[in-house]
Amino acid sequence: MKKKFKCEIDCANCAAKVEEAVRKIDGVTDARVNFMTQKFTLEADDARYDEILKEAVRVGKKIEPDFAVEI
Amino acid sequence: MSQKLKKQLFIILAALALFLVILILEKSGALPAVFENRWAKLLLYLVPYLLSGWTVVRKAVLGVIHGQMLDESFLMTLASIGAFVTGETEEAVAVMLFYQVGEYFQSYAVGKSRASISELMDIAPSYANILREDGSVETADPDDVEIGDTLVVRPGEKIPVDSVVLKGESMLNTAALTGESVPRNVKAGDPVISGCINGEGLLEVRAEKIYDDSTVARILEMVENASEKKSRTENFITRFAKYYTPIVVISALILAIVPPLFTGNWMEWIYRACTFLVISCPCALVISVPLSFFGGIGAASKSGVLVKGSNYLELLSRLKIVVTDKTGTLTEGNFKVSSLKPAEGVAESELLLAADLAESMSTHPIALSIREALRMREDGPKAEGSGGASPLVQVENISGQGLAARYEGSEILVGNARLMEERGILYEAVDDEAATVCFVARDGRYLGSIAIRDLVKEDAKRAVAAMKECGVERVVMLTGDRKGVADSVGRELGITECFSELLPKDKVLKVEELLTQRRQKDALAFLGDGINDAPVLMRADVGIAMGSLGSDAAIEAADAVIMDDNLMRIPMVIRIARKTVGISKQNIVFALGVKVLILVLGALGIAGMWAAVFADVGVAVLCILNSMRLLMGKKTI
Repeated sequence: MKKKFKCEIDCANCAAKVEEAVRKIDGVTDARVNFMTQKFTLEADDARYDEILKEAVRVGKKIEPDFAVEI
Repeated sequence: MSQKLKKQLFIILAALALFLVILILEKSGALPAVFENRWAKLLLYLVPYLLSGWTVVRKAVLGVIHGQMLDESFLMTLASIGAFVTGETEEAVAVMLFYQVGEYFQSYAVGKSRASISELMDIAPSYANILREDGSVETADPDDVEIGDTLVVRPGEKIPVDSVVLKGESMLNTAALTGESVPRNVKAGDPVISGCINGEGLLEVRAEKIYDDSTVARILEMVENASEKKSRTENFITRFAKYYTPIVVISALILAIVPPLFTGNWMEWIYRACTFLVISCPCALVISVPLSFFGGIGAASKSGVLVKGSNYLELLSRLKIVVTDKTGTLTEGNFKVSSLKPAEGVAESELLLAADLAESMSTHPIALSIREALRMREDGPKAEGSGGASPLVQVENISGQGLAARYEGSEILVGNARLMEERGILYEAVDDEAATVCFVARDGRYLGSIAIRDLVKEDAKRAVAAMKECGVERVVMLTGDRKGVADSVGRELGITECFSELLPKDKVLKVEELLTQRRQKDALAFLGDGINDAPVLMRADVGIAMGSLGSDAAIEAADAVIMDDNLMRIPMVIRIARKTVGISKQNIVFALGVKVLILVLGALGIAGMWAAVFADVGVAVLCILNSMRLLMGKKTI
């Protein structure tokens, strides 16, 4: 399943770092953090989607405290 | 966002004012008791420092806890602490303050450019008026419209989903979608595309697609995704950023430890190392390149060309070979009867009518053009079979020659010269290479010939010349049409390389051959109207579909979509692409150059932290402003 969310991310470099970390989460097929459009796209296993999404936000916040996703 | 920005600005200004007051107090020699005490002075300066920089310090601490040592907040904090330690109290505060000022400018500029791009893309309808069966009108979200719903579009409103007009007549403004400023006239039966703005008339339309499948939603989706397909320059810079920071930090460490081992003077070298840390953030670089591509894609869509990714924009800037389809791309794509040559004693209308009868079962462009010509005439009888299939006509296709039709006991032949020769009919040869000529005979009697032409688009010649001016070295035409027609169109447009009588698979082979002929760094584009040429569109470096607004297959297969069918948009998008790539290169060279310069000057002790912070922040802001130039450009069509 692939879904797009509005997100808050402060700089282009942070976006790249968050993107890379989220991709490494187990069950994530693809992830994108778009600084320009302030959109977060997560493609992950259907069955565990909500769980993975939560984990992604947690990992993102760890790297970039200002990272926030509107769910 | 803007609320956050306002708060940020207020805090920065307050900290700045406080800092200046303290600085003036110190320099003017007031309160000597306070400023002579090192700790009191430090405490005093810590107030504006923490006021402006507490978010940075907080992030730095969080970063350390989470193991993000090379975070820019951490590096800035470390640099300013270094300045405090070496006794440069004012500088520590200034560094933090100006870093925040720079961050503020950055978010402001990025926010501005984001807003101006989304303004360009302000095509999404915000509501739909659904007409219910009881006659009431309900205002709903476009998402809630179902296929088959009747919608009311009032003057000035946007068409919510792709639909067909049921009632009413109006002028539609398609400028936001196509860049075309002339409004389009629509009446009952015409398809209308979502996102167009209704003019003066009231329209009743039937929804043909749900919102998500409608043109407007697909375009928005495409533009949003475009910035995710990264250009080579962007990928380079992201990779570069990964190494840049660690390298600068390690150099800073070396600078702080190695030279003082020989010279002593630790404080001086630690200070110089701190200067390094200040410029170690790659943000100016990382932001400026994607921002310029984002701007380029925005500028292109403003002028009616959707480019599906930064990578395609980059390829367009190096476009050297344009391969183009003929029918529907360089030519209008609808055939028109260009001349009638009835045999002696035959009326023009009789000739046309006979041809139309024979072709009445056909939907071939030639049949349609004959029907159209007949419809336009005032003198011809209009009934007999024209405009629809008459059950009384029996048609036999004669492959490669034409057709023979039986109608009320008589036989009508419509076809090429070979058909006439085969049937032993004396005909008058027509010398018109560019046209398709149909000869018509009825019951063995020659009636005359009808020449049908596909007219070359008005601006095609100008567009071909303009492409060449933009650095395109070869324009190649591929067509399934006859050699005579192809060569004559080529001559008319100044295209020297014409390959005719190609099947769709031959076109792919030809493009592959051309791809091997080009230099590695050059790009090849295929330009087509999106009908039957999806394989070629995919094969080319950049597949450009035109005049295909509303055609899903073409939008899907192409890398760039010209929303109307104006050929002049091609040289224009090449110019935009070149400008984009140029600006992104300027940004890289400028940002890197300044950083390297400051690194060298910092190591030599010439540039202090002030200069470093100004360099870092100033470069970022200048790069952003440079990228914004792309959006300022006026439309050229």
